[in-house]
Amino acid sequence: MKLPSRRAFLKTAAVAGGAVAGLSATAKAGPKNVLSPDRKGVLVDTTVCIGCRTCEFACRTAHGLATPPLESYGDKSVFSAMRRPDTGALTVVNQYPNATKSELPYFVKVQCMHCDHPACVSACIVGAFSKQENGSVIWDTDRCIGCRYCMTACPFQIPSFEYNKAINPEIRKCDFCITRTRANALPACVETCPVEALTYGPREEVLRIAKQRLVTYPERYVNRIYGEYEAGGTGWMYLAGREFADLKFPKLGQNPAPGVSEAIQHGIFAYFVPPVALYAILGAIMWMTKNRKEGV
Amino acid sequence: MDDHMKATPMKTKFITPGVIVLILLALNGLVFLAGRFIFGIGSVTNLNDQYPWGLWIAVDVAAGVALAAGGFTTAALGHVMHQEQYHVVIRPALLTAMLGYTFVAIGVFVDIGRWYFIWHPLVMWNGSSALFEVGICVMIYVTVLYIEFLPVVTERFIGRVYLPGLLRQLNAPVDRLLRALDRGLSKTMFVFIIAGVVLSTLHQSSLGTLMVIAGAKMHPLWFTPILPLLFLLSAISVGLPMVIFESIIAARSFKLKPETEVLGRLGGMVAPILGVYLAFKLGDMFIRETFVYLAEFNTASVMWTIEVVVGIVIPLRMFLSRTVLKSPALLFVASTLVVLGVAVSRINNFIVAYQPPYALHPYLPSFGEISVTVGFISLLTLMYRACVMIFPVISVPEDRPALHSKYAIRTEKS
Repeated sequence: MKLPSRRAFLKTAAVAGGAVAGLSATAKAGPKNVLSPDRKGVLVDTTVCIGCRTCEFACRTAHGLATPPLESYGDKSVFSAMRRPDTGALTVVNQYPNATKSELPYFVKVQCMHCDHPACVSACIVGAFSKQENGSVIWDTDRCIGCRYCMTACPFQIPSFEYNKAINPEIRKCDFCITRTRANALPACVETCPVEALTYGPREEVLRIAKQRLVTYPERYVNRIYGEYEAGGTGWMYLAGREFADLKFPKLGQNPAPGVSEAIQHGIFAYFVPPVALYAILGAIMWMTKNRKEGV
Repeated sequence: MDDHMKATPMKTKFITPGVIVLILLALNGLVFLAGRFIFGIGSVTNLNDQYPWGLWIAVDVAAGVALAAGGFTTAALGHVMHQEQYHVVIRPALLTAMLGYTFVAIGVFVDIGRWYFIWHPLVMWNGSSALFEVGICVMIYVTVLYIEFLPVVTERFIGRVYLPGLLRQLNAPVDRLLRALDRGLSKTMFVFIIAGVVLSTLHQSSLGTLMVIAGAKMHPLWFTPILPLLFLLSAISVGLPMVIFESIIAARSFKLKPETEVLGRLGGMVAPILGVYLAFKLGDMFIRETFVYLAEFNTASVMWTIEVVVGIVIPLRMFLSRTVLKSPALLFVASTLVVLGVAVSRINNFIVAYQPPYALHPYLPSFGEISVTVGFISLLTLMYRACVMIFPVISVPEDRPALHSKYAIRTEKS
């Protein structure tokens, strides 16, 4: 029988281990997650929104999505069931009853929250999602493989997938009108809102305005800004006159959305030490048991 | 051991009534698969924006990876720890792992929306993504498995290359290539064997990390930061039962005597491993105090109970019994329970535990989805049958004493 000599064994093992260790140098690449102090945010005041749904029309128009004429958006019957953003509508408005003034229901606009620590950016297998310097979390069609892990990861259940397209199905979600904001225009929904329920600006500034409103009109709001800390903080933040749970906001902790998954991931692959160590231990066991069998 | 075992191609008719059923199931799956590639994923599956992952990820991919764990557990036992008496089960386990992972890759290929970009993770890296780690590890491990299987191919064909027609002129070069491969591999095979074990521990655990990021959407009975550890332990604990399970099926199918002694000794190792897995599973439950959710009667609590009682506790008790370890029938039952238990655990983690905040109705796989999954399993079984008939995989008693072989590499020509 032929067995590799001890020297050959060590030599080959060292080469293999070195090759694995070398990989760690390039493993740093990944999607951008910029947290610029100037990143933009939006304050949605659900007590101001009148549910006209003009933002839905503006959003579809700005993103080249098919839309019925603006006049049809006055139809209030759509509020009978809760709707979610999908591939054909990146934002939707839902209605919830107002307990004290039933003639004034609350309207909640839903779209991507543009998290400060987005789960989609962390999860995406190919880094197709990135957090831009201006706060937008955007998706790159040239990278996406359509695995839908972003949808599994997103705590707000936002990314939507074109299930009925065989070739180049897209992941769709609000992109914070990145093409418009890069040209110094407002996001389409913010620009079109007739009652200024949406306030756009640097996140810190928007947050300051929200806190001011809570102080000025304490009877109007529940004393909380949804998105200030949720999932580690989001670009879009909400004020409401009812408990956020009643308005179907997900109940989330203050930890960044990726949670412990990144810690686990980086723990297992800390400079490839654990895998290489395991390799070495197994190699040692193999070598020793071999010698025992040989009676050396 | 008294009687020497030698891996030999099985000689029997390929077509049997059972094989015809498998062919029909495979064809049925392929029809729906064609629908998926022509009309999109939505035309065949019940997946939607609430439930982006379904049966294909849970069974074809996650359960597939777990049930192929026999490959690395037997390699660790037989090759790394040099427990030579288990060499008879290494090749069948290796073949299962090789075919299993091949179908995992195919499963991913059909589930992702842009299958033609499946190579993207090779060049577009995201180190923080658990899925990226799983993807890369599986890609490398599939390659390693094929390399580990190469010696079986060289053993079968060295000195027996008979190409038809004009290709005949290539006989000599192909034979030389096989011999060169064989020589090179016998010196370096240990590198691949250790790499296979390391890669397996990495991606078996990272498969558990996958659902950690979905934390807020996961049912508390399953969501825990130690998911990766539980996935790794369950994969290790299902490795040997899977080997026993398929060894007994193969013995029956090819009318061989089951290797009761070897299988019984393998079975004896299952109980401690299952015990460790159960200890972590229950320990985690008590630390997080999630047992309160078992008081409710719903899909989650029922599925959790099936996963733990039927998939862990009952087989654990069975594997502790001497009677079970000596009886092929009882060994088969106990192993089947572990195999089903781990399959249910993957379905639980990826489907039952996943409770999106805005689900309109629960997800149930469509007929098309089930057809594709069943079709893949049938196709895998058919390919396994074909492979053991072509290649020396399954060991049978040999009259003359076999030469000692290492790493399941072709024995030296006498």
